[in-house]
Amino acid sequence: MENNTVNFENVFNDKIGKNEYIEPKDWMPEKYRKTLIRQISQHAHSEVIGMQPEGNWITRAPSLRRKAILLAKIQDEGGHGLYLYSACETLGISREELIRQLHTGAAKYSSIFNYPALNWADIGAIGWLVDGAAIVNQVSLQRTSYGPYSRAMVRICKEESFHQRQGYELLLELCRGSKEQKAMAQDAMNRWWWPSLMMFGPHDADSAHSADSIKWKIKRETNDELRQKFIDKTVAQAEFLGLTIPDPDLKWNEARGHYDFGKIDWEEFNNVIKGNGPCNKQRLEHHVKVHNENAWVREAANAYAAKKAKAAKGALVA
Amino acid sequence: MSNDNQFPLWEVFVQAKSGTPYKHAGSVHAADKEMALMNARDLYSRRNEGTAIWVVPASAIVASSPEEIGSFFEPSNDKAYRHPTFYEIPAEVKHI
Ligand SMILES: [Fe+2]
Ligand SMILES: [Fe+2]
Repeated sequence: MENNTVNFENVFNDKIGKNEYIEPKDWMPEKYRKTLIRQISQHAHSEVIGMQPEGNWITRAPSLRRKAILLAKIQDEGGHGLYLYSACETLGISREELIRQLHTGAAKYSSIFNYPALNWADIGAIGWLVDGAAIVNQVSLQRTSYGPYSRAMVRICKEESFHQRQGYELLLELCRGSKEQKAMAQDAMNRWWWPSLMMFGPHDADSAHSADSIKWKIKRETNDELRQKFIDKTVAQAEFLGLTIPDPDLKWNEARGHYDFGKIDWEEFNNVIKGNGPCNKQRLEHHVKVHNENAWVREAANAYAAKKAKAAKGALVA
Repeated sequence: MSNDNQFPLWEVFVQAKSGTPYKHAGSVHAADKEMALMNARDLYSRRNEGTAIWVVPASAIVASSPEEIGSFFEPSNDKAYRHPTFYEIPAEVKHI
């Protein structure tokens, strides 16, 4: 009997050590499971809530081409939410519970979506900067240790690059346009730059969950490492557009081989997380409202499925 | 009270093009098989990823369990003779 006993924790640690993936039916520490549910559900909710600021512009897109692109982009984000909800459900939490946690505020979503998209240039800035920051994070998460999360990330990353490129192209058009259009682009840049940097979360020293996440390889790079990567690759793109990054302290540091940048306003960040951002209330209320208004659709679909199942059973008996 | 039911879970398999095996793409929720197929199309073939789709109720899938992985796959461990490299063929013999 003795040699049949497997030490599950050793098996788990061994797999993590060898960069193997943990799959849904594998034993895992309860805290690993909880951390994943928190992170993946927050990620899923962000994709879905993130559809709102952009959806606001579908009817006002300046051309049919731009409208079709925006629709396709937003549809992708809904899809990303669904991939991630499914990945999260493999950890033993139901879709119903995930949505309930969003509605009660027990689960969070990325603060960035609590800012409004005020003018058309914002749609460009969101694609370029917000999706750009998300891409840096998601590319890194392709190597996360949880198999279903990793697979969702691989699929998402394949789809993201068009999101960023359409945003950049949109801004490029504005920057090559009239003085007023260029000013619109700069205004959007001014408002979206700092919130984009905050998307990576608090500095490593102040991050409550970082240590375990890195140890278990849920996250492969830290918040500060990812933020630096994003800044380093974005500066030249801004220069090409002829836009000024709203940070007087931003400058190349030869010795570090990275850009130095100014202080992030964490007070604002925490304030938005606490619910006091410009759109927190509106975003959540909208989700709850649509969910409740569509209850009849779910009821009808269930009733129809039940009726057909009954008919099929009847046919079998007869 | 609103209806919160999010429908049963289905697993989706997509064939990229004819002649290739079906590969697990992910999951969808749907009330019945028609809805499962349509949701799978909308979610997993927005960019021509496939020419054919299977949807299977997740509850119908029977899976091996990781705890038994050792004994379950053990029968194939000691059968090196199932691999072509097990056999020593003189170098003069060609095309084998
Ligand atoms: Fe996304
Ligand atoms: Fe995106």
